[in-house]
Amino acid sequence: MTEMAIETRSLRKAYGSTIALESLDLLVGAGEVVGLLGPNGAGKTTAVKLLLGLVRKSGGEGAVLGRPLGDRAARARIGYLPELFRYQSWLTADEVLRLHAGLAGLPWPRQAAEFDRVLGLVGLADRRHDRVGGFSKGMQQRLGLAVALLGDPALVVLDEPTSALDPVGRDDVRSIIREAQSRGTAVLLNSHLLGEVERLCDRVVIVNRGSVVAAGTLGELLGESAVRIRVTGLPADLSPLAPFGPLAEEDGWLAIRPVDTERIPEVVATVVSMGGRVHAVDPARQTLEELFLDVVRGGERGGRP
Amino acid sequence: MNPRIVLVVAQLTIREITRRRILWVLAVLSLASVALVGWGVDRMVSLSRENGVNAYELEIAVSQILILIAFMFSFVLAMSAAFLSAPAIASDVETGTVLAMVARPMHRADLVVGRWLGLALIVSVYAAGSGLLAIGVVRFISDYTPPSTALALAFLAFQAVAVMTLALALGTRLPGIAAGAVTVVLFGLGWFTGVLGSLSNAFGVRSMAGLGDAFRLLMPTDGLWRGVIYGLEPSQVVIATQQGGRLAASNPFFADAPPPMAFTVWCAVWIVLVLALGAWLFQRREL
Repeated sequence: MTEMAIETRSLRKAYGSTIALESLDLLVGAGEVVGLLGPNGAGKTTAVKLLLGLVRKSGGEGAVLGRPLGDRAARARIGYLPELFRYQSWLTADEVLRLHAGLAGLPWPRQAAEFDRVLGLVGLADRRHDRVGGFSKGMQQRLGLAVALLGDPALVVLDEPTSALDPVGRDDVRSIIREAQSRGTAVLLNSHLLGEVERLCDRVVIVNRGSVVAAGTLGELLGESAVRIRVTGLPADLSPLAPFGPLAEEDGWLAIRPVDTERIPEVVATVVSMGGRVHAVDPARQTLEELFLDVVRGGERGGRP
Repeated sequence: MNPRIVLVVAQLTIREITRRRILWVLAVLSLASVALVGWGVDRMVSLSRENGVNAYELEIAVSQILILIAFMFSFVLAMSAAFLSAPAIASDVETGTVLAMVARPMHRADLVVGRWLGLALIVSVYAAGSGLLAIGVVRFISDYTPPSTALALAFLAFQAVAVMTLALALGTRLPGIAAGAVTVVLFGLGWFTGVLGSLSNAFGVRSMAGLGDAFRLLMPTDGLWRGVIYGLEPSQVVIATQQGGRLAASNPFFADAPPPMAFTVWCAVWIVLVLALGAWLFQRREL
């Protein structure tokens, strides 16, 4: 059986009477990229800290790479980019990596090649001898990623890895995460940037007020794809459109639900060939942002689940 | 505990302090102080000789000045040790630097002990170096050589390491400034109760003397300071002060004997216990 990267059941954390995490059920398979979403204060960072043993659980169960939470042997195979972090400003990028290689017990002979690999990956190869104190926030975040990827870990936990990056940097991070995944690394991505998560993650877990309120693959969460067309001048016989999917009228729109999104241009061409005048086309699949706002606001309206 | 990781952290600590300006500022200030002291002693010795003061009296005077210089150094050293080591872990926690480090496969105690090792080396080298320089300058100017330079320097470093250990341990739980301030207050109280204890002993006030002894066990820096004094004062001063009655014996800049071996061993145990307490507090801390 393949080892799960992360497995938690009803994981809970309370600081005195304040509940930071009510109940977290989280599964991340080997080599899987899972997005952990939630509004500020939902308990995401607490969840990450619990997984790494930085804080102690108040209840529930959890295992990382098949070992109990905080286990040192498991931590040897985890890379971590904290949300709020600063590396030693008086060290160079190379020295920061050397420090973490030393703490992680990365064998000496492997270190130089690993430094070249991760610095090349994050685009800092030509700044390796510069002091971190002179780095921009974005460059520090890149260095943080390099540190997290050091030693080819089995699991990488990234807490807001793109918050300080420009669009080019974000695109780079997407490539880095895909590269890590192609090497078989599992990634837990904690991010506010829903577009990032939508593009990268195999599965998504949405946390609100310390509990999981939605979880699944993007397909499962966002539902089936559809297309809605605002059109006039169509004949009564709509049979040429029948092969694309079931037809319906929705608030003055012609809807085909479900539809193969790849065939939407073909649908529009058929409508036009039938004499219809197309005013608007709306790929009607719910976005992750819409789903996120729905579950979070729904939770707020409905009180604590 | 993992010795390899302890050494990695110790190396990091030494690099951190030597790359920051603070150590060099302290070094320059120490050199300036030594130069000033040298000039002052030189003037005092030259002018006193012109006034017919004999060599014996001068030796006594210079030894007392040297003890006061050592006191100033021990104070500066204790403050520096407190404010260098209090933020060693505390500021790493505040900036989040510590998160990525302790998420590595290490015991948190490795971080505490590694920090301690690096700081202890720096503080000891600084204590020995600055102390030796001051004693060397005084010797060059006045020909006075303390009876036991090595003993005095060892106790000076021992005292600074004790202060450093306390500040580091407090910094595992308190913010850096608070840990530094508490350490300085305890150091000051240690000296005060030491003086009070000596007076109480000299005047036979047993209850107060007992209280002073108890506090000396809890905060042993003043006891270690007595070792510095003993190493610096000539035997004539010891004899003269012993003959000078109880008021002379209660002088806070006089010691009629080195700290007992049992007390010195206790100080080493105290350092280990305080360090272990710091490691335990840090292990329990939610980051």
